[in-house]
Amino acid sequence: MNEALSAETISIAGHGGDEIEAYLARPLDSGVFGSVVVIHHMPGYDSETKEITRKFAAYGYAALLPNLYYRDAPGASPDDAAAVARARGGVPDEQLVGDVAGAAGYLRALPASNGKVGVIGYCSGGRQSFLAACSIQLEAAVDCYGACVVNAPPEGMPLKVKPVVGLAGDLSCPLLGLFGAQDKFPGPDETAELSKVLDDLGKPHEFHTYENAGHAFFAVNRPAYRPEAATDGWQKIWDFYGRYLAS
Amino acid sequence: MCTYLTETIKITGSGKGAEGWFSVSDASVYFDHPVHAMAEHTLNIDFRNPAKGAGARVAVELTAESARELARAIQLTLDSAPPGMVA
Repeated sequence: MNEALSAETISIAGHGGDEIEAYLARPLDSGVFGSVVVIHHMPGYDSETKEITRKFAAYGYAALLPNLYYRDAPGASPDDAAAVARARGGVPDEQLVGDVAGAAGYLRALPASNGKVGVIGYCSGGRQSFLAACSIQLEAAVDCYGACVVNAPPEGMPLKVKPVVGLAGDLSCPLLGLFGAQDKFPGPDETAELSKVLDDLGKPHEFHTYENAGHAFFAVNRPAYRPEAATDGWQKIWDFYGRYLAS
Repeated sequence: MCTYLTETIKITGSGKGAEGWFSVSDASVYFDHPVHAMAEHTLNIDFRNPAKGAGARVAVELTAESARELARAIQLTLDSAPPGMVA
C-alpha cells in the first residue's frame, strides 16, 4: 500500500435524481477496489470528514462523501449549509437513503470497482448508516456512535428523528458498531439492546465499546478525541472492510 | 449526541458578517456540537437572513454557563433601560 490517491469534487444523482455535490477519493494503485459511502455528521460536509474520505482511499478503497445539505445551500460553506439544514429540520430519512443509494450506484459503476460497497457514518451519520444498510443492498456497514437507533429521543426533547431499530430485519449486510462507554446517546444499554435485536434476527454484527471514550471519539479536532479508542477503532474498520469489501 | 433541538424565531435587526452589515430576519438557537468552540456541546445561535443566502449568517457558540450569563445580561439591560425607551 503506497497511500497514493486522487480526490476531487463531483456531482452525483441523489434522491429523486437530484444533482448533488460529493467528494470522491480513489486509490491510484492499479487493480480493482471495494468502495465506501461516507456519511457526514450533523455539522456537515466539512474538511474533517473529507479527510476521513481521503483516508479510505489511502487504504485502498474508493470513497464518496455526498453533501447531504447541498440542496439547502449549494455552494455555501459547510457550517453555513449546516445552519440552513438545521433551520429546515434536518435531512429526511427518505432523502438520506436516496442520496446513499445514488452514491453507492456511482461507486459500483466505477471501472475499477469490485462491485462491493460499504457505508460508514459518524454521530447522526451512525444512525443514518444503519438506516441505509436496512434500506438498500450494501456489503458492510459501520455505525460510529449513532443515537436514536433503538431509543426514542428523551422526553421533552422535540427531536424529529425516529428510532429505526424496527427496520433491523431488513439489514442487508454485516454491521460494525463502534461506541464509547461514556456516551449517553447512544448509551451502553441502547447499543446492547441493538445487539440483542440483531442476535435474535440472526444478523451478523460486531460491536466494540471503548471504556475511556464518549461520543465523537474519532473526531481529531474536538476535545472528545480519544486516541486509543480511535486508533483501535480504525483498526477494527480496516479488519471489517477487509473481510467484506476488499477484492 | 446530535440533539437536533432547535428553536427558530423571527427577529428584526442587523448583524455584521463576513461581508459587512446586513439585516437579519431569523434566528436559530440550539444546544449541540459546536463547529469551532472547544467544548462537547455549546449553546449556538445563528442570526440569519435566508433571503440573502446561506452565507448571510452571524454565528456564536457559547458554553452553557456563558449563554446563561448572556441571557441574564440581556434581560438585565432591557429591564434597566429608561421607561419609554423599550417597547
